[in-house]
Amino acid sequence: MAVQDYSLLAGRSLSNVLARPRYLSDTLLQADLIGVGSLPIVVLTGFFTGAVLALQTSSTLQQFGSLSLTGKLVSLSMVRELGPVLTGLMVAGRNSSGMASELGSMKVTEQIDAMRAMGVDPSKKLVTPRVIASSVMLFFLSIISDLVGLTGGFMISYVLLGLDPNQYWTTAYQALRFGDIFMGLCKPVIFGFIIATIGCYYGLSAKGGTQGVGRATTQAVVAASVLILVSDFFITRLLMGVFQY
Amino acid sequence: MSILAPPLEQRQPSAPRSGEPVIRFEDVSIAFDNPVLEGVSFELPFGETKILMGVAGTGKTLILKLALGLLRPDSGHIKFLEDDITEMREEELFALRRNIGMVFQESALFDSLTVEENVAYRLIEETGKVTEEIHARVLEALRFVELEHTVALFPSELSGGMRRRVAIARAIITDPKVLLYDSPTGGLDPVTSNTIIELIVKQRDVYQTSSLLVTHRLQDAFTMASHYFDREQNKMVPIADGVTRDVHTKFLILRDGKIIFEGTAAELLRCNDPYIREYLS
Repeated sequence: MAVQDYSLLAGRSLSNVLARPRYLSDTLLQADLIGVGSLPIVVLTGFFTGAVLALQTSSTLQQFGSLSLTGKLVSLSMVRELGPVLTGLMVAGRNSSGMASELGSMKVTEQIDAMRAMGVDPSKKLVTPRVIASSVMLFFLSIISDLVGLTGGFMISYVLLGLDPNQYWTTAYQALRFGDIFMGLCKPVIFGFIIATIGCYYGLSAKGGTQGVGRATTQAVVAASVLILVSDFFITRLLMGVFQY
Repeated sequence: MSILAPPLEQRQPSAPRSGEPVIRFEDVSIAFDNPVLEGVSFELPFGETKILMGVAGTGKTLILKLALGLLRPDSGHIKFLEDDITEMREEELFALRRNIGMVFQESALFDSLTVEENVAYRLIEETGKVTEEIHARVLEALRFVELEHTVALFPSELSGGMRRRVAIARAIITDPKVLLYDSPTGGLDPVTSNTIIELIVKQRDVYQTSSLLVTHRLQDAFTMASHYFDREQNKMVPIADGVTRDVHTKFLILRDGKIIFEGTAAELLRCNDPYIREYLS
């Protein structure tokens, strides 16, 4: 039943994209909250992930005399996997919970019913702007995370491992194929969709006053995080098949 | 053509069409874990107010939500004018609901919007912004509930009674054909309750808007049945003894999901049903 309700909400959020009225100002507001608001945590997470990746792998690479491949390893890991997934998890923790609590509070105080009573479709007014904003902003946040992660890896490679900056950036750049970039940019769009629809679904299903809102918030973060990791596996497998890795 | 309803002072009373109901419930039943409404049938004629009463959990609020199409019955039909709302899609219901105003039990004002944005919500949805015309209409609706000065405040800055009055202003701003009041005086002190009832009586008598009102307060219900709004004195006054005046107000009493009484205040007081006698005592 829950899966059916979620599927209906997710489907309607997509079909509403082309339907009128279009809530552009609501979408921009959400884009600001999700995109600009999440920027500090995404930058910090990306930087230290890239840095620790370089640090952890350097000892293994050194054993095989391949320290020069650090840039390639950080680049592939960040762009294909860690950039989108960690950004998705960070934004899920921050925004999925925010959406669930905001919409949940509106639900238990009858504001959602009031909206419907006034002839306004909550899925158009509340869900679709969040879905569009999440998908678009996660796309850009992942690019930023990749770039900052590569910079973190570079700092470690240059300062601690003594690698040549030119060598690091050249190997990092040359390692990437079209399939890697496509995979890295396709995932955040889907993760953004998951974050927004899960947050909105749990918010709009909230029952039982403030306790219900708290429960919805927790469930939204857990479900969004798990779905991101599960869908990441399937997207990766699918795209590896498509691009013949 | 303006999407706005005429200003309050230019509005004509809803023309009563004899015998034609604005809302009709036909054998409506709905159950959740247990049956809540069973075979409920009644009509709300043009210009009439029906007061829904009964102990908690008998389905009074449910009737309002069904009338608005927020919930669908398990069986039976609900008609709004010519439309059977039980067979309408959600998209069609959004358009229909623009003809119905609802005052929720806890006001249900949008807490992140100002009073002006709350009252003008429907109008802003249609125009996309607060125009001068909308601003004037908001002030007029707030003047009706005597809260013109709260236009820039947020709901959290208002008292419970003020929030209910803002909710009434939000419901009437588009000149709906029907108003649904869900316990509009619930949890309020007697003086504030009386202010709210006076506004409802004013809307009933001046604009003759059809309405369904849920209340637990017998005093409020009988005040509505025994008072009318005097436009010259600009206040609610009691109907003088010996004077016959139809205030177009009837009572519906629910028990265990069924309507056990429908009639005027006088008929209710004459009713010999033991349950109703106990309920009124």
